[in-house]
Amino acid sequence: MGPNLFVNYGEAVAAILFCIGFTNLLLQTNLIKKIIGLNIMDSAIYLFLAEKGYIAGRAAPIVTNGVTSAEAYINPIPSGLVLTGIVVSVSVSALMLSLTIRLYVRYHTLNLDEIAAQLKKEGK
Amino acid sequence: MDFICNFPFFSILLSLFSGTICSILPGKAAKIVNRVVIITVGILSGILLVYLLDSGESFVYWMGHFPAPWGNEIRAGVLEAGMALFFCIIMYLSMAGGAHKLFDEVEESKHNLYYILINLLLSSLLALVYTNDMFTAYVFVEINTISACGLIMIRQVGRTIEAAVRYMIMSLLGSGLLLFGLCIMYDLTGHLLMSNIKESVSLLIQNGEYQIPLIVSIALMCVGLCIKSALFPFHAWLPDAYGYSTVSSAAILSSLVSKGYIFLLIKIIYRVIGFDIFNSTRIIDVLFVFGLMGMIFGSLSAIKEGDIRRMIAFSSVAQIGYIYMGFGMGTQAGMVASVFHILSHAATKSLLFIAAIGLTEVSGGSRKFIDLTGAGYRNKWAGVAFTAGSLSMVGVPLFSGFISKLLFAQAAVQVEGKMLAALIVLGISTVLNAIYFMKTVIRIYTAAGDTPYPCITFKDMKVHAVVLILFVILNVLLGVSSQPIVNMIEQGLAMFA
Amino acid sequence: MSKKKSTENYQKTFAFHFFSWLHGEKDPYLGNVEMQPQKEYETDPEMVLRHEKEHDAIMDKVYDTQHNVQLRLFHSLYEITSILFCLFLMALLLVTISYLPATGVAEKPVNNEVAARYIENGLEETGAINIVAGMILDYRAFDTLGESHVLFVATITVLILLRLDKNKKGEINPLTKDMNPNDRIYEPKNDAILRLVASFLVPIIIIFGIYIILNGHLGPGGGFSGGAVIGAGLILYLNAFGFEKTERFFTEKTYKWICFFSLSFYCLAKSYSFFTGANHLHSIIPNGTPGAILSGGLILPLNIAVGLVVACTMYAFYAMFRKGGF
Repeated sequence: MGPNLFVNYGEAVAAILFCIGFTNLLLQTNLIKKIIGLNIMDSAIYLFLAEKGYIAGRAAPIVTNGVTSAEAYINPIPSGLVLTGIVVSVSVSALMLSLTIRLYVRYHTLNLDEIAAQLKKEGK
Repeated sequence: MDFICNFPFFSILLSLFSGTICSILPGKAAKIVNRVVIITVGILSGILLVYLLDSGESFVYWMGHFPAPWGNEIRAGVLEAGMALFFCIIMYLSMAGGAHKLFDEVEESKHNLYYILINLLLSSLLALVYTNDMFTAYVFVEINTISACGLIMIRQVGRTIEAAVRYMIMSLLGSGLLLFGLCIMYDLTGHLLMSNIKESVSLLIQNGEYQIPLIVSIALMCVGLCIKSALFPFHAWLPDAYGYSTVSSAAILSSLVSKGYIFLLIKIIYRVIGFDIFNSTRIIDVLFVFGLMGMIFGSLSAIKEGDIRRMIAFSSVAQIGYIYMGFGMGTQAGMVASVFHILSHAATKSLLFIAAIGLTEVSGGSRKFIDLTGAGYRNKWAGVAFTAGSLSMVGVPLFSGFISKLLFAQAAVQVEGKMLAALIVLGISTVLNAIYFMKTVIRIYTAAGDTPYPCITFKDMKVHAVVLILFVILNVLLGVSSQPIVNMIEQGLAMFA
Repeated sequence: MSKKKSTENYQKTFAFHFFSWLHGEKDPYLGNVEMQPQKEYETDPEMVLRHEKEHDAIMDKVYDTQHNVQLRLFHSLYEITSILFCLFLMALLLVTISYLPATGVAEKPVNNEVAARYIENGLEETGAINIVAGMILDYRAFDTLGESHVLFVATITVLILLRLDKNKKGEINPLTKDMNPNDRIYEPKNDAILRLVASFLVPIIIIFGIYIILNGHLGPGGGFSGGAVIGAGLILYLNAFGFEKTERFFTEKTYKWICFFSLSFYCLAKSYSFFTGANHLHSIIPNGTPGAILSGGLILPLNIAVGLVVACTMYAFYAMFRKGGF
C-alpha cells in the first residue's frame, strides 16, 4: 500500500463507485439497472477527474479582479475534460434507453436473457 | 509547411462535415455525397502517402493557434496515411458491394441516416488514425462506438437490436476502463498529448517514480481497447452483430471498426508508452495468451456453427487473436506481422461477407449450409470470390493470408520461450481454418441435383461482381507484392518512435 | 345613491364567483379541467395469454435450471468470475490510488506549465474570463468539436430506433410496427394548475438558459448547460400544452435545419481557426475587450451554436421517447 490512500479519499470513493457501476453493468439482468450502473461508472470517473483538478485554498478558474496568477486558481484542465465527458455520457444514455424502449415494446420484458431466449425461439 | 500537410486535417473535417450535410439530404443524394467523400479522402490520403514516402519524415499539424503542450495536434506518418488510404478503399468497396441489400433491409426514409453514420464512422476512424492527443482519441472512440452501434441496429429486427445492446454494454465497459486509465496517466504526467506523455513516462521510468500506477494505467487502457476490439473472452456480442446486420455494416464492422481500436492501441504502445517500456511489462504475456486462446476457440466455435455468416463472424475472433498474438511477441517483427495481418484480414473478411451475401441470395435467402448446396454454380462470381477468400484465410500462397502467416511464423522463431507455443497454435489454427472454410467451399460446389433457385449471371449483378473482382485483386496484390508493403509498415513503425 | 346592479349583471362579477366558491356552491374547475382518471392500459387478452405461454415455455426449456446443468453452471460461473473480477479491479484501483500524488497539493505533475499558461495567458490569448471555456473552445477545440458530434450521432441513432416513418403507401413501416404511435391518452388534458405555472415558469427558464449561454465566456456556464436548461423549458411547455401547441413553432423540420446550421457553422468556424493556426496565418477574428459581452473571439458564437443544438436535441430526445416523432 502506498502512502496516500487516506489523503486521496475522494479518489478512493471514485474507484469504489466505479467498481459498483462496473459490477452493475456486468451482473444486473434488468436493462434499466444496467444503464444506471453505466451512469454510476461515468459519474465516478468525473468525480475522479474533479478531485485531480482540486488544489486546497484556490478559487474556481474564472478570472476575478484581473488576477491572472497561476497561484490563484485551481487546474482548469480536468474541469474541461469533465464537461466533454458529460456530453458523451448523456449521448450514450439516450442511445441505450431508446434501445431498451424498442426491446421492451417488442418482447415485454427488460431481462436480456429472456429476450435472448425468445429470439432463439423465433429462430430468425 | 507544404500545402499537402493540410490533407489529414481536410480528410477528417470533410468527412465530419459531410455527416452534417447528409442530415438534410434525401437518401439518394446522401449516397452520392458519401461516395464522393470516401473517394476524395482516399485520393487525399494517397497523395499524402506518396509525399511522405518521398520526404521520409512524419509531421505534426497544429489544430489551432497554440504549440505542442498547450494546443491540440494531429500527426501523420507513412503508416497513418497508408492506413487511411486502405480504410477508404475497403469502405468504398463494402458500401458498393452491399448497396443492393440496403434497400431490402433498411427503411427507405432512413437511408440518409445510414450515410450519416458511415460518414461519421469514417471521420472517427481517420481521427483515431491521425490523432496525437489521448483525450481526442477517447472522444472519437465514442463516436466510433455509437455509429457502429447504429450500423448494427439500423436493420431493425429483434436480433440486431439485441446484438446492439450487447455490443454497447461491452463497448461501454471498454470505454470506461480506457477513460480511467487515461485519467491516471494524466495524473502521473500532467499531459494529454502523446509525445509529451511519452517524454514524461520515460522520465518517470528513469527515476523509478510511480511504477505501480503507471503499469495499472497501461493495463487499464490495454484491457479497454481489447474489450472494444473483441479479443477472445470478450467476443460474446460479435456473432450476432456481424451475422445479422445488413451486409455493408457487417463488412465495415469486421474489417474497419475493430481495426481502428487496434490501430489506436498500436499508437498508444509506440507513441505514449514507448515500445521497449511496454515490452518490459507482463502485459504482453497476457495479450499473447489471450491471443492464442482466441485463435483456437474462435475457430472451434466457427466449426460448430451452422450459419454461414455467423461462421465468418466467429472466424473474426480467431483472426483478432492472431493480431494480439503478434503484439504479445514483443518484437518489431511481431508488430510488423500484426499490422500486415490487419490489412490482410480487413481485405479478406469484407470479401467473405460480400461474397456470402451473393451465395445466400441464390439460396432463397437462407444462410444454412444445407440450403447453400451448389450455390457456387448458381452464382459463379460469388462462388469464385468466396473460394479465393477462403484460400486466403487458410493461408494458401499467392493470397494475403499466406504472407501474414509467414510473417507471424518468422516473428515467432525469433522469440525464445514463446516460439513453440506460437508455432503449435499457428499450425492448429491453420488446420481448423482449413476445416471450416474448405467445408463451406466443398458445400457450395457440391452439385445440388434440381433446386428451385435460379442461377444468376453477370448481367444481374454487375456492381456486385465488379466489387468482388476488385476485392480478389486487392487480396492477390497484398499477397504477391508483399515486400514493398512490409517495407512501408517497417518505415511507418520507425516513424512512430 | 347607490345603483343596484341587476341580478344578471351581478352574476357576472368576480365577487359573485368568489362568494359562491367561498360558500362551496360552485367548483370553478368543474368543466374546465378534465380530471379524467387515466385510462387503464387495455391489453388484448389473447396477447397476454400468448405472452404468458411463451414465457412459461421459455422458462421451461431454456431456464429449466433443474435439468439444464450446463446453463446453470455457466450462470454461476459467470457471476462468480464477474464478482471476483470486480473485487480484483477495486483492490487494484485502491492500491493504485494510494500511490498517486496527494489531492489538494499544488506541487504535483498535473499542475505543470500547461495549466499555468492556460491561467496566466488565457485571458490575453482567448479573451475569455472563464478559463475553462477558453480552454475547451480555443486551446483544445478539436475535442469539443468531436463532442458535439457525439451528441449529433446519438440523436441520429435515436431517430433510427424510434422515429415512426410511413412508407409511400402511408402505412407505418413493418420494422417499427411494435411501437405505439399515440400516447396522448396518457397525457393530462387542460390541467389549469400546470398550465398557469408553466406559463409563468417557461419564459423565466428559457431566459435563464439564454443568459447562461451568452454568459459562457464571462462566468460559469456555456453552450451545453444553457442548452440543457432551454431544453428543459421546452419539455415543460410541451407537457403543459401538448404537442398541438408546440408543433406550431417546432417540428422536425425546424429541428433539422437548426441542427444543420449550428453544426455547419461550428465546423466551418473551427476549420477556419484550425487552418489559420496550423499554417501560421493571421486570424481575422478579434478577441475583443475581456469582460465585454462581445469578446472572446469565436467562443460566444460557438456557445450559441452548441446551445441551439443541445436545446433542440434534448427536446427531440423527449419527443422521440414519448411518441416517436414531433
